[in-house]
Amino acid sequence: MSTEAFDPQLLNYANRPPRLPSAVDESKGELDIPTETRVEMYELQQVLRQFEKRAYDLFLQNLVKGTSHLSLGMEAVATGFGRAMRTDDYTFATYRGHAHTLARGAPLGPVMAELLGRENGILKGKGGSMHLTSVEHGMMGSYAIIGAHLCIANGAAWSAQMRGTEQAAVAFFGDGTTNIGAFHEALNFAAVWDLPVVFVCENNLYMEYTPIDFVSAVPNPAADRAPAYGLESIVVDGNDADAVYQVASDSLARARRGEGPSLIEAITYRHGGHSRADPGKYRPAGEVEAWLDRDPIPMYHQRLLKLGVPEARLSAIQQEVAGRVEEATEFAKAGRHPGEELLFADVWADGGAAWRN
Amino acid sequence: MAELSYREAVARGIAQEMRRDPSLVMLGEDIAGAGGVFKTTVGLLEEFGPLRVRDTPISEQAILGAAMGAAMTGIPVIAEIMFSDFLAVCWDIVANEMAKSRYMSGGQVSVPVVIRTHNGGGSRFGAQHSQSVENWCMMIPGLKVVAPSNSTDVVGLMAASIRDPDPVVFFEHKSLLATKTEVPDGELVDTLGRANVVRAGTDCTIAALALMVPRALEAAERLATQGISAEVIDVRSLVPLDTRTLLGSVGKTGHLYTVEENPRLCGWGAEIASIVADEAFWDLDGPVVRITTPHIPLPAAEALEDMAIPSVDRIVETVAATLT
Repeated sequence: MSTEAFDPQLLNYANRPPRLPSAVDESKGELDIPTETRVEMYELQQVLRQFEKRAYDLFLQNLVKGTSHLSLGMEAVATGFGRAMRTDDYTFATYRGHAHTLARGAPLGPVMAELLGRENGILKGKGGSMHLTSVEHGMMGSYAIIGAHLCIANGAAWSAQMRGTEQAAVAFFGDGTTNIGAFHEALNFAAVWDLPVVFVCENNLYMEYTPIDFVSAVPNPAADRAPAYGLESIVVDGNDADAVYQVASDSLARARRGEGPSLIEAITYRHGGHSRADPGKYRPAGEVEAWLDRDPIPMYHQRLLKLGVPEARLSAIQQEVAGRVEEATEFAKAGRHPGEELLFADVWADGGAAWRN
Repeated sequence: MAELSYREAVARGIAQEMRRDPSLVMLGEDIAGAGGVFKTTVGLLEEFGPLRVRDTPISEQAILGAAMGAAMTGIPVIAEIMFSDFLAVCWDIVANEMAKSRYMSGGQVSVPVVIRTHNGGGSRFGAQHSQSVENWCMMIPGLKVVAPSNSTDVVGLMAASIRDPDPVVFFEHKSLLATKTEVPDGELVDTLGRANVVRAGTDCTIAALALMVPRALEAAERLATQGISAEVIDVRSLVPLDTRTLLGSVGKTGHLYTVEENPRLCGWGAEIASIVADEAFWDLDGPVVRITTPHIPLPAAEALEDMAIPSVDRIVETVAATLT
């Protein structure tokens, strides 16, 4: 191929037509979900939104080092599943895992402190943003090299199957993960062993800086692959917590009945770039604006008002969450920087790092 | 006491532990119905049933991922990777996930997995099915690495590896599978991180691993006829590493040879040479000499493979020529 003939604008993805969101499916407001559950989902979305906004502010203040991948705009997926899961179910997430960690009930302060690299962080400062884990909350880890954790989630599901506990494992991953080998190994394995696992693709339309449809053989990178593993193709509006809650409840029930895995593709959009380093300039004009109009949280606010929840209650929740995020920030900032004893702690089960006598 | 082949010892060690711990399970390609392509798992399906001994697809990432996920949720697992060369296919899960999860999670996650894998040359399989890759694992913090040389050690170190709460990579040498040694009756449980002096000597120390141990022993016999008394150490466990035994022997003999099947660069012997240089320099009466496979991919042809991997002749000649 001649390089002279090459027009770099062909790879300027901002020149492509925008991918616009679908309209809100108002019928999801009529789903049989208790109002109190909906209010909880509203509150959780507020927590995830306000936490991530604060995390972003703390980057700008240079208090958060390294990288970070925010879920701003994608809160409804973590919320719908977070509320549908049993407390003893297992979550496996990617580096974009703040929301999934908080959705399982991990405390805000230690999670924020982890982003700041403090000793009072949930991982004592040793994992950072991309590895959030809280085993006591069923959050079995955030895995920063995509693909492996689908296979690992299978193992947790296998363990639950052997122990007969009717627990399920849920693995969240981005659209980019659907093109790595471990995705396909995990799906086949789970299907063959009838594992109680739910694979949730958060399709935010961009693998990192490249549109997912530019690098995938099929339009729906997860759902269109499902039939290859004998699974139903399921696409859900990832910006509607009720829609996600419904599909989560169904797939978890299927897992608990011993009917095997599910693969769900939730269509959503990240409001920001891939990571803190990315301004997201590869996105066509009008696309971000269109998705901001389909922001899951104002939509849900309106739905709850229509369902008769008073505005005063919703604004009280917002205020209360703002206070919790403020407290978490203060907790994190007050944490000490970890000392040398932590550098050598926990390589091995004996708590140490010795490799010789 | 009964004579047992190395391959039978693998199954005996696993069976001993599966009887002790009813939660222990194993998975891998062709391990159940077929008893393993190297016949190292014969009889386990029959004794423990298809829920505890499971055949998998050819999906190394899925195998080790399942092992890890089960282990971190309370079920200890033995996973087989048929050839150690295939660790490259699932290296992310070994090196990035299993090895690091405890540390990265601030101690929350425990991964009691044993990865059993068939390692080493001598089978004329060529460059992708013959490698000695224990040094790949040795350089990753968070992995324990074991490579036994005889049937008794296979049983005892298998038990120790299974009982260890950290991930252990257990290398079974393909060219030792048919070798037989007397193995004590009853439960055997060894200790990780302990080297054995398998022949006492006074003039030099020869440190060897797995298939190189019987070769070093034979070389020592021949060196004895030339009036050279060689002490042979079976290193057995690379992580943890029994430096005390190695340094003690070098302190006595003043000379160290390592016999390594891995290609030259970054072999385990280089680490031992470095430790000896740092900590026993004044005990040495001559340079540390590494006897290794050259830094080449292993060839398939019998004549070429035999030239590449350290032989008894090469050990004898090297020691005789360099011992001052």
